[in-house]
Amino acid sequence: MSKITEYRRARRFSTIAIYTLLVLWGLIVLFPFYWMVLTSVKSYGSYNAEQIPSFFTFSPTLQNYVDAFTTVSLGRYLLNTLIFTLMTTAVMLVVITLAAFAFARLDFKGKNLVFTLFLSLMMIPNELVIITNFTTVTNLGMRNTFLGLILPSVTSVFYIYLLRENFAQIPDELYYAARVDGTSDLRYLRRVMIPICRPTLITITILKIIECWNSYVWPRLITDDPNYYLVSNGIQEIRENGFGRENIPAMMAAVVVISVPLIVLFLLFRRKVMEGVARGGTKG
Amino acid sequence: MDNKNMKGWLYLLPAFLFLGVFMIYPLIDVFIYSFEEGYNSASQTFSGTGLYNYSYVLRDPYFLQAVKNTLILVAVTVPLSTGLALLISVALSSIKPLRDLFQTVYFLPYVTNTLAVGLVFMILFKKTAYSDGLVNILIQSFGGSSVDFIGGPYWAKMFVLCFYTVWVVMPFKILILTSALASVNQVYYNAARVDGTPRWRIFTRITLPMISPMLFYLVITGFIGAFKAYSDAVALFGTDLNAAEMNTIVGYVYDMLYGDSGGYPSYASAAAIILFAIVLTITCINLLVSKKHVHY
Repeated sequence: MSKITEYRRARRFSTIAIYTLLVLWGLIVLFPFYWMVLTSVKSYGSYNAEQIPSFFTFSPTLQNYVDAFTTVSLGRYLLNTLIFTLMTTAVMLVVITLAAFAFARLDFKGKNLVFTLFLSLMMIPNELVIITNFTTVTNLGMRNTFLGLILPSVTSVFYIYLLRENFAQIPDELYYAARVDGTSDLRYLRRVMIPICRPTLITITILKIIECWNSYVWPRLITDDPNYYLVSNGIQEIRENGFGRENIPAMMAAVVVISVPLIVLFLLFRRKVMEGVARGGTKG
Repeated sequence: MDNKNMKGWLYLLPAFLFLGVFMIYPLIDVFIYSFEEGYNSASQTFSGTGLYNYSYVLRDPYFLQAVKNTLILVAVTVPLSTGLALLISVALSSIKPLRDLFQTVYFLPYVTNTLAVGLVFMILFKKTAYSDGLVNILIQSFGGSSVDFIGGPYWAKMFVLCFYTVWVVMPFKILILTSALASVNQVYYNAARVDGTPRWRIFTRITLPMISPMLFYLVITGFIGAFKAYSDAVALFGTDLNAAEMNTIVGYVYDMLYGDSGGYPSYASAAAIILFAIVLTITCINLLVSKKHVHY
């Protein structure tokens, strides 16, 4: 009898320990988000009057959000990022779909050799090629243009590989049947393969959008005209030159505006995002 | 038949073009750059070839500082984040209620802009003329004395950088480990339970070996990722990382390339190749070690 109560007590103790750990980490993750939203609704005067920052505010204000859009060009940065993200993702989808189709469905000389070459490119770190790309784009006169921003990131060997694996699962019989009916390759790709592989394509799209929205290094190298800044560079610019260094509430409002789109995207497609990342995302 | 070959290449053409111009050509070019001495980016001429760029970089105090910072960052964050992620994932998989909620919350840092959220961390840790900052007030309330974590002593800055890096990399690790834990066949656990095996023994003898491939994958990607750290540091300390003594190897490469201290693609190339060599060596060592310890 006592052995059972002892066991139960140990069990309850470990349950409490587990939940304490989980809640603690949850708080560490959430607290910065809470703090940025909280600070963004404090007025400039009240924030700077606080010797000890308070954990809530009784007089929330949206003035900082107005400031973020009027005193610095946050709207411009957001628009640039949106254009960059949509264009890059759209062009990339076309490029990788065609390539994956060639690898999965078509037969041509040298296919296996080229595919191996592609796979080996996956190991090349971005840091190694960015130096020459910087020179190339500068020499082409494409600094401070969308073309210069977009072109180097419209192919991804990894996504070609992912999509090819998915395409290859579609039974050959479908293809031959379509050929007998006189369907062209391109039409077969559009009408059969893409619809079947839509889940993978959606996953790739979402991962690419996240990557584009957060990209910092390449945009920083290639743009020095604030008219072409993306949000990452924009926030750095705001930090160093905008608002006056001390207007932290307005800065936090900008941070909230930049963070919200991706968080909404994530909450809407939670399963897809997490599945996609588990299959092949890394941070960075 | 020829027509068929043409078609395959036609579909591959866009990908091939982009990869050729922006990956294969630069890959060759970066090695050439790194051996060209006295390269002048304005006239695009160089005075000779040799190993001078490498010896310059290896003797540059900024580079040595960057290597030191990066090594500390790697040595601290990789074991810490992997261990913590393992702990949290095991805890997560042992509960039912609220598991989805916790998982969603834990994933949030993955989808946030590193530069933007880094600002929040800076504010939490920074000591200004008006206020000591939240973290310092917490430290004081426990009887400690306050430190400026952003503009203060080296160890304090390193602490914030490591803390933020762990915060940023945890979602990926937790996600991978929870799915690895979920895929362990329940039969093993049931058998162990029938035998009355203690929980700790179940963990070390069943769970760990079963998820060791994934754990190992995380260690490798963790090493590679931490060696390439850069934007986390920019988010916390601003773009002039050399002045803050917080530069990383990748940061050194970009500083050499562009910005106030830029215009030296040869030095940048040499530094990038040194980084690549370090990462490659460590990955190879990891792979050798894994042959011994990982159960597939």
